Amino acid sequence: MTVTINSAVKATVYIAFIFSTSAANAQAPALADAAGSYRIASSSSIRFSVGQVGGGGGIAGRFAKFSGGFRIDGGNIERSSVEFTLYPESVRASERRVEDFLRSSAVFDAANFQTVTFRSTRVRQTGPATATIEGALTARGKTRKERFAVTLIDWNRRSISFTIRGSIRRSPYGMDVGTPIYSNVVEFDMRIIGQRR
Amino acid sequence: MLRNSETRFGLVTIVLHWTIGLLILGLLLLGFIMRRTGIDPALQFALYQWHKSFGFAALGLALIRAIWWLVERTPSPPASVSPLERKAARLTHDTLIVLAIVVPFAGWAVASASTLNIPSFFFNMIVIPHLPLARSETSENFWTFAHALLAYVTLALVAIHAAAALFHHFKRGDEVLTRMLRPGVRPVGAGSGGTSARKRDDAAVERK
Repeated sequence: MTVTINSAVKATVYIAFIFSTSAANAQAPALADAAGSYRIASSSSIRFSVGQVGGGGGIAGRFAKFSGGFRIDGGNIERSSVEFTLYPESVRASERRVEDFLRSSAVFDAANFQTVTFRSTRVRQTGPATATIEGALTARGKTRKERFAVTLIDWNRRSISFTIRGSIRRSPYGMDVGTPIYSNVVEFDMRIIGQRR
Repeated sequence: MLRNSETRFGLVTIVLHWTIGLLILGLLLLGFIMRRTGIDPALQFALYQWHKSFGFAALGLALIRAIWWLVERTPSPPASVSPLERKAARLTHDTLIVLAIVVPFAGWAVASASTLNIPSFFFNMIVIPHLPLARSETSENFWTFAHALLAYVTLALVAIHAAAALFHHFKRGDEVLTRMLRPGVRPVGAGSGGTSARKRDDAAVERK
């Protein structure tokens, strides 16, 4: 665990530097300080994109409404957990027609499936500031194991932020409309900000 | 057999004629269904892509048809056709040949000008690039309107064209329709006339 703490501190040394300028004699923050429960703040962003044949453009959007929380286990990072819910009705895209299509029975079927949920089952640290999270993703009533890559970006006593990326195949969820013009793979690019509970 | 003669259509013209004709009718039907409100969105998306693929196929064949029409002779109408009818037929045929090219182009313009920027993936095989048009809602709406309007004009002309062919076949009893059904060789008396052509000509005479 000491190794973990040291590496995390190295990865966030610039943050420590900012801290030290404001409180010269304060100690650099340790990841152990980050242990605890967090609520996912609404200032987080959940972006996604789907490539299209021939390159260029594709579908890009974000979700405006989501909720969730996570717990960082100070003693063992791998015992940390996250649960997350997003509301497909809140999808935002380049134009109304695209949003309506994404909400429709062709994609999220938001009328019948109001939420998409993720519940972690396994967290594995892969580097000083990186981890992979495995868990159960449920969309359109189908649940599958998916994996996301997490990178620690920033943290302080009250909040912590990560980028979370993942490539999710949509066909197993019955959302393969538009393939092969549009890629079967949805790239998620999320910036998750956790506020300490 | 492949080429047109003075009075007969060859196989090339006949195959192009019926293939393009079927494509046009199919595309009109597809276009009508896919624009219906309340259609399942996934089905609608799929139908649009089929419409685009078949539309490009129609455009390609219509271009070949137009070139063939320019380089190949056009058989003269049967003697029973009056000069006024000849003019009307000529105008209808010329317009149909032009519309078979213009309508798909207008459709291509819709896909190109649309802010949705959906690629045209010809039968999921090759990406056909968009026409160099600015993408905007106004432009998309204009081309959508033009495409639909021209398509309905085409449908009206096809109806007139088909009605005229049926009129010639059932009322006049001439070979206007039948010569677009089977490739003919030279007519009777032209030297190398085959028996099948001879029989058809005899039948036409008998009906009269």
